[in-house]
Amino acid sequence: MTDDDGTRGVLLDARSVTKRFGGFTALDGVSLQVRTGERFGMIGPNGSGKTTMINCISGTLSNESGEIRFKGETLDGHKPHERTRLGIARSFQIPKPFRSMTVLENLVIPLEYATDTAPADIAGRGMAILETIGLADRAGENSGKLTQIDMRKLELARAMATEPELLISDEAMAGLSSAEVDDILDILFRLNEDGITIIMIEHIMRAVMRFSERIVVLDAGRKIAEGGPDDIVNDPEVERAYLGE
Amino acid sequence: MKLGSFWLWAAVIALLGAALTIFDLVPVNAFVYFAGYVVLQYVVLATAWNIMGGYMGYVNFGTAGFFAVGAYTSVVLYNLFKAPLLVMIPVSGLVCALLGLAMGYLTLRLRGVFFAIATLALAIVLETLVINWDYVGGATGAYILRAREIAPFGDYIEFLFFVMLLLAIFAVGTARWIERSKAGRGFAAIRDDEEAAECAGVPTLRLKLLATTVSGFLMGVAGAPFVLYVGFIEPSSAFNLVYAVNSIAMPMIGGATTWLGPLIGALLLGTVQQVATVTISSELNLLIVGALLIFFVIAAPEGIVGLVRKWRRTGNDR
Repeated sequence: MTDDDGTRGVLLDARSVTKRFGGFTALDGVSLQVRTGERFGMIGPNGSGKTTMINCISGTLSNESGEIRFKGETLDGHKPHERTRLGIARSFQIPKPFRSMTVLENLVIPLEYATDTAPADIAGRGMAILETIGLADRAGENSGKLTQIDMRKLELARAMATEPELLISDEAMAGLSSAEVDDILDILFRLNEDGITIIMIEHIMRAVMRFSERIVVLDAGRKIAEGGPDDIVNDPEVERAYLGE
Repeated sequence: MKLGSFWLWAAVIALLGAALTIFDLVPVNAFVYFAGYVVLQYVVLATAWNIMGGYMGYVNFGTAGFFAVGAYTSVVLYNLFKAPLLVMIPVSGLVCALLGLAMGYLTLRLRGVFFAIATLALAIVLETLVINWDYVGGATGAYILRAREIAPFGDYIEFLFFVMLLLAIFAVGTARWIERSKAGRGFAAIRDDEEAAECAGVPTLRLKLLATTVSGFLMGVAGAPFVLYVGFIEPSSAFNLVYAVNSIAMPMIGGATTWLGPLIGALLLGTVQQVATVTISSELNLLIVGALLIFFVIAAPEGIVGLVRKWRRTGNDR
């Protein structure tokens, strides 16, 4: 990874982000930098603050202190839909399809609201994205009736329809079979090759380790380790966080 | 696509209305106009409610509040300078649009049942204000003397009927236009999942304020001629909970996700209520609403429109 450090700029720069829920500190001064084009992993035990971090980045929660910058500009004061337009997309851990709509119509919303796609091109663009994700043959189906794997794919497709520079995938693989995990991994690799920076939050170690160039480990709202997959696996702090003393 | 056919139909219906009321092509009992006015008024109210409740999934229990504010704005305008109806309607609409915007700012942080309770509370607060406002008659109410006849309609009720018919066409047309617009698709996304909508780039707060404003405008417009229709207005009739209940029940029965739903629901339920009032008893109205609502919630949760679509789909699938 070191040879890339000089050539890639920093896309997302989070500086000592802190978020409290009442007396509970969900994030305690977490800093992380994601470079343009990077495959970035975020892991940690349940309740370590991964999803809270994502919510602070996407704007559905606001951090009490610290700052998050994207492409050199602060995200403070930007609503989630504005951040989407700036190029930050996310998928949800528990799929949230627009259930009254078909699969294709689910993509029309972000294409219309988050991009400048001409109205005449929207359906074609939506179909192209479904093609990439492997949902093209489901385009006309009711999105609420999809299988789990297809719902996860739809989450990614809808995020892709915002034409993001940064895609945050929040546990897109939880509960999927091993073959399905590979399926989703393939998609994420392909999107990355197309130039999209990806933050992957995942519990499935095999997937994160294979996918990520760099990994950050959170535990109880603090960053306890950062580095390449091999460094992380051998880190005693990480072992302690996952397995206890 | 049959883009023009909706407005063609609208024009035909408006012309028919004009033919009946202005030229008296067919002799019609005045009662039909009295009853028809109420039915059409419900078309406007149900359609207005549906823009928020059906398209966006925010259940407004305060329809009566908006309706009454529309009606009382007319009273104020009449007291001020004997304003004609054609001034009352847009002004009442604007006042209620502002009220909708204000209600949106105050309550849209709330979701689900909390939002519904807040809108109900708003109606009660407004009623209390009007009861204590002597200028518009306070608790005793206010009279407005309307002309017996108006050219070229003849009887004044025919004029009111025709005006409400045009308002109904305007309301349904507006709802239909919104439904097919970018805003309408945004509303549907909010209804399905607000957080996902926001993260897909939908400016949810702005769209919600747009919905409360448009919905408020239409409700105010529906209330504006009320005082001329009844001749005497008092808080308990203008703020009657029946308006809120009916404007929720009608879209539910007709089908809440499309403009056709509240139209069908209001025509059906409104007519049944008017017929029942004359033939059986005026007390029976709400019982009919309740029974029909229970039936539809169980048998056809997506309303008549949903039921018809389902039949068509199963017919095509073979």
